[in-house]
Parts: sequence; C-alpha cells; structure tokens
Amino acid sequence: MSDARPDAAPRRSGPARWFLGLLPLALLAGLVAFFFGADPTAPFRDAFPPVEDLTIERVSFPETGVMRLHVVNGGPEAATIAQVIVDDAFWQFEIDGDPTLPRLARATLELDYPWVEGELHAIRLVTSTGLTFDREVAVATLSPRPNALYLTTFGLLGLYAGVIPVLVGLLWYPFLRRIDRKWIHFYLSLTVGLLAFLVVDAFEDTLEASALVPEGFQAAGLIAVGVIGAVVGLRALGNLGRGRSGGDSAGARGDGPSPGLTVAYLIAISIGLHNLGEGLAIGAAFSLGEIALGSFLVIGFALHNTTEGLAIVAPVADRRPALRHFAFMGGIAGVPTVLGAWAGGFSYSPTLATFFLALGAGAILQVIIEVTRLIRKSWPQGLFTPLNATGLLLGLLIMYGTALMVTA
Amino acid sequence: MRPERLSRRDWLKLGAAGVAGVSGATVLDLASRGGAREALAASGAMPRAPGVDGAAAGPHAGHQDAMGIVGLPGPDGAFDPGAFLTDFDYGEVTTRADGRVVRRWRMVALDREIEIAPGVFFPAWTYNGQVPGPTLRCTEGDILQVEFTNAGSHPHTIHFHGTHPPEMDGFEPIVEPGQRFTYEFEAKPFGLHLYHCHTMPLKRHIHKGLYGAFIVDPPEGREPAREMVMVMNAFDSNLDGDNEVYAVNTSAFYYHHHPVRVGVNDLCRIYLVNTTEFDLINSFHLHAGMFKVFRTGTRADQYELTDTIMLCQGERHVLEFRLEHPGMHMFHAHQSEFAELGWMGFFEAVDRLAAGEGVPVGPAPRDV
Repeated sequence: MSDARPDAAPRRSGPARWFLGLLPLALLAGLVAFFFGADPTAPFRDAFPPVEDLTIERVSFPETGVMRLHVVNGGPEAATIAQVIVDDAFWQFEIDGDPTLPRLARATLELDYPWVEGELHAIRLVTSTGLTFDREVAVATLSPRPNALYLTTFGLLGLYAGVIPVLVGLLWYPFLRRIDRKWIHFYLSLTVGLLAFLVVDAFEDTLEASALVPEGFQAAGLIAVGVIGAVVGLRALGNLGRGRSGGDSAGARGDGPSPGLTVAYLIAISIGLHNLGEGLAIGAAFSLGEIALGSFLVIGFALHNTTEGLAIVAPVADRRPALRHFAFMGGIAGVPTVLGAWAGGFSYSPTLATFFLALGAGAILQVIIEVTRLIRKSWPQGLFTPLNATGLLLGLLIMYGTALMVTA
Repeated sequence: MRPERLSRRDWLKLGAAGVAGVSGATVLDLASRGGAREALAASGAMPRAPGVDGAAAGPHAGHQDAMGIVGLPGPDGAFDPGAFLTDFDYGEVTTRADGRVVRRWRMVALDREIEIAPGVFFPAWTYNGQVPGPTLRCTEGDILQVEFTNAGSHPHTIHFHGTHPPEMDGFEPIVEPGQRFTYEFEAKPFGLHLYHCHTMPLKRHIHKGLYGAFIVDPPEGREPAREMVMVMNAFDSNLDGDNEVYAVNTSAFYYHHHPVRVGVNDLCRIYLVNTTEFDLINSFHLHAGMFKVFRTGTRADQYELTDTIMLCQGERHVLEFRLEHPGMHMFHAHQSEFAELGWMGFFEAVDRLAAGEGVPVGPAPRDV
C-alpha cells in the first residue's frame, strides 16, 4: 500500500522474521488438515450423487476400423468409465490403464469400430453411476500421420500464412520510406484497424476452443492468464527493448512509446503467438475432417495475413533497419503457424489451444496499445485525425474482405 | 459355420462388375484398405476382434465380436437373471374351508442400487430387492392375497392387471413408507398379465423398476413346455427421459453371454411382458424359427404364426415355438437400436439335453 509508512529499518526484536513469514502458512496447513480430518461436508456428499464430468477431448481414427478416444476427467472427483456407446450401440473398448480416472487424469480408449469415412459418429461414455458424456464427430476421416506429405502440406501452409506475408510487407518498405510523414501515420492507423479486427477474431477463436475445455481446467481463468500474461509480458519486453536502445527520455521512464523497431518486433512476436494458436486450430480442424485444405483456403490465408506483414513494417517506415531484422521478424511471425499446425494435427488439446489463442489475443491487444502510442507521439490527436480514422476503418474493412476468403 | 471370406481378387472382380462406371476408384481404395487391415491382423498388431477367418472367431465374428459390453454380465447380489428366467413364484398355498385355493405372497418395496450392465449401477426402486419383481403365478379362480409392505423412501402401490374390484386395483390407497396393505382378489381371467406401481408420477415409479409378470394359468393348465419369463425393460441411467440400457430381465446382453439352452424340437414357451418406459413400443424377434403368438395369453385356441411381434407399453403375449435345428438362435428386439443397447440374446438348441439340464419343463409340479 502506498500510504503505509515505511519502516526506516527492519525491526530486530520480537519473533524471528522467518516465523512471521511462515505463521499464516502453518495456520492454513492446520485448517486444511482439520478439514480433511473432520470431513464436515460428509453429510452433503451422502445426500447428493457424485458430480462427474468427463470430456472426450479428441477422437482419432488411426486406421480403418479403429477409433481412439482421448478422455480427460475435468470433474471434482474420480469417475469410472464402465461402458462406451457408439452410434446407439454398446461397443467394447480397451483402456490404457485403470478405468477409474482421478481428477484431471487422462485415458485413451481404443475401439474396433467400423467407422464410415465421411459420416457422422456419436460417441457416448457411460460411467459406473449411469451418467453419460457425449462427443460427436461430424465427419470421420483417417487421422493424419506424421508423414512427409502432411509435414510438407502444413509447412507450405505455414509459409503462406506466416512467412510470405512478411516478405510481401517488406516489399512495401521502400514505398513507405518515400511517402510523407502524415501518410506513414495513415498506414500505422491502418495497422491498428487490421489488428483490431484480428483481436476480435482471436477472441472468437479462443472462445470457440474453450467450449471443449474440461471444467476442471477453468477455461475462463486460462483465458485471463493468457491475455493478461501476454499484455504484461510484451509490455515488459518493450520496456526492456527501450532500455537496451537507450533511447529517448520517455523510454527511460518506461511509459513512453517504444521505438519503431521494438514495436515492429513486438508485432512480429504477437502475430507469431496468434499464428501458433491459429495453427493449432487449423491442424486440428484438418485432422478432424472439419475443413478441407483446398488451394482457395491457403490463398485466402495468404491474402488475409499479408496485411499482418504490413502491420509489422509500418512502425519502421521512418528507420533503416538491417535486412536480417526482416528475416527474423518473418520467422518469428510465420514459423509458429507451421509448428502449431503440426502439433494440432497430431495431438490436439483444447486446453492448450485455448491458452495459446488467448495468449495471441492478448499479444495483439498490447501491440494495438503500442502502435497507438507511437502515433500519438507525433500526433496529439492520435488515431482520431480524419486521415488516421480513415486508415483505421479501411484496415477493418480490408481484414473483413480478406476474411471472407478463409471461411472454411 | 462361418461366412465364406472373399479373396481380394473376388472383391476386385465384384467391384469391377457391380460398380463399373460409378466409382472404380472407391472400390480399389476400399480393397486396398481391407488389405491393409488384413495385413495388420496377420501381423498381430490388432489384439482384439479376430477377422472372420480368425482362429478365435465364435458364432459371431469380426466387428460382431467388438460389439457389446466390456465385462461379463453376471448375477447382481440379490438378482440372478439366469435364475429369474425360469423362476415362477406360486406363493404360500392353503385351502380355504370352501375348497378354494388361497395363495399368499409377501411383497416389500425397497430402494436398491442394481447393476444393469457390467459396472453400470442404477438407483432402482424394487419389489423384494429385484427388478423385475418376482413372477407371480396362479390358476384362474384362486384367491390371491398379496401383503404389500412399503420399506422404500417414497409412497408406492401394486396395481395388478386383470379383473378385480376397484378397491383392490392398486390405484388407491397409496401405501406410504412404513405402511402395509393387503390386496385380495380372485385370479381371473387366465392369461399373461403384469403388475406395477401406480403412484404418481407414474412414469418415474415404473421406470425405476417397480413392475413384474403376473401369470394366471387356465384351469385345465397348459401343455408342458420349457417355460421362461422375459420382461422387456430399459433404464434411463442419466435421467434425461431417454433409455440408455435395454434388456430382457434387466441385465444388458445377459443371455447373449449366457445362452438359454433348450432341446431341439422341444416345446418352448415364453411369457413375454413389455414394461419399457419412454419408448412407445418394444418387440421380440426370433432367428431361424417361427413362433405362435397367443395375444395376452387369454385364448388357447387362437394364435398367429410369426417371427417378429410388436408390444406397446404394458402389452404382453405368450409365445410358443420349437427350434428345429441345433445351434445358436439369436433373439432380440427388432428395433436395432434396442438390440445393440443390450436387448439381445441366444437360444442354444441342442439335440439331447440331459435330465435337469437347460430350461426346466413346466408348469412346475408344485402347481395344483
């Protein structure tokens, strides 16, 4: 508290400092021990049926006639998988371990089930108490294996979605250097518009993925950690960058705008984080047969994300960074798409995907703040001059237009 | 006997002839995948469900083996579906001064958790701790006394189908927990009836397990046969108003894993009662044979010959048949969904059953 009077020197008399520090913890431990010993909630437990919450996180089809269920117990207590019903028929399964799953434990079930390529399958777990937990596979298809074709396809997608856009953005760099200062701010405002759209997009993806997060993993808390973590983390990273460059006096105080290159890197990092989450989602959707990776979709991603490239170079329009910086920034922004797609395709976890998508959303949010401050440094009205506002709105519209092309 | 397995070449020929011009590629694709699976099976990479020509294949092979429950259905404490099938409760028999036969039963309503499939438990309301309740059997004209004690947690009754005075009908009075009521009436008409709780909300009191078969034999009796009672029931284990587990006599797939043994050409008689809730109808289908249906069992001289019969909720029929060939005869609901959710079983017809083996011949000698 700021109004607490600071002691001039640590007090020497009285109980030892370590004792004072540990006392609350010891009391807490005592309370916990008492609670488990006395078990005051026992009457409630006896009166109510157990609360069970199993989630089938992922269904995979490793080969014809075989189905694999990846189950996690997100409930407050252990639950026992007694039977499995597939398409309204009991079906035998093998489980890799004990059918009783402790809280937050995972299990994999394998069934010899004659699943049908391209059709819907409804899967239902029956616990020992007769409760049921369902999962629907909209389109069954052979799960991708880590083979050359798959790695290449997603490598290519990553190149198009992440790396190439930055290279295209780089080509705008000479153009940006030749234009008037106020037009540079027009393009920075356009960047804010692009990112604002992306932030909404990112939150939508996050919420979508979080619908499958088991209750025990606290989707809302996970999103908060991701978003706030990214905002705070990137801000600290920005301040670190300013300290290194030893820049202007505002930067030394830690609350002024970051120099252009730092902002460009921050944008690259945030887009990289976002693309990691997006890659996870794309890989998973592909392996679940929920999207077809047509060339139209890949081109759509490329166009959509080229705008991300522009966003990266706009802050360095009035500087002359070394070429290697463009290579680094391209890598930081683009490569995570490839990594995410590989990971998502082979082992998708809604919990991890939610966390990374939230991280991406928070990162973009922080970058919007940084770019806005960069604009305001030269223009007190910031985004709200007629020209800058037009840029912002145009950014939103460009994103909307290119987003129409990635509707899977 | 097992189905013949097509070679890959046969398969391709079939594809070329039958699907030519439609999608040859699909057939080729299928064939190659089939081949992949074959190779896997041969390599031992697939531990379960041997292929059609696998050494361990039983009467049902391939994915047929993988269908069904994990674990073996067995007796559940107070209730053994194997014994229940042929268990007819004739009550305590006394003879009144006027020569009328009096039968007395004690029925107790109890809350009990029952096992409806291996490892799946259901909080049931029961008569005498079992679902279905005991099969009560008597002869037309007997005086019946059913002393009903409610030791459960909710009010219950026993409502009998058949003809009797309304005050003995089990609609009223409601028997509160800790109370007792004795139903007394004359058994008529002969036929296959049922009893169930008639406390509101009716649907819950029935689906939780308060029902059973009630057989009134004709005065002249029925021809001796291997007699069985099958109560078609189902359980809404997650309480969503829809059944998850189906069976005859409660335990899913019980007679699938423990086939019912009868002799070839022996007269078999099933007392079949439908107590399924939520689903409007249920049905019985016999494989590799036909049966006579005596509707409600109330006429001995009229029947229909079929292999599939549909029953509404509360409907019941007496079925009679002889299996002409030895081997496994499947029986199940002809609603495929019910069948695969547990209502499926086998009769195993054997040429010669040793004395005391298989389903006993009845009516039991203790019947007078």
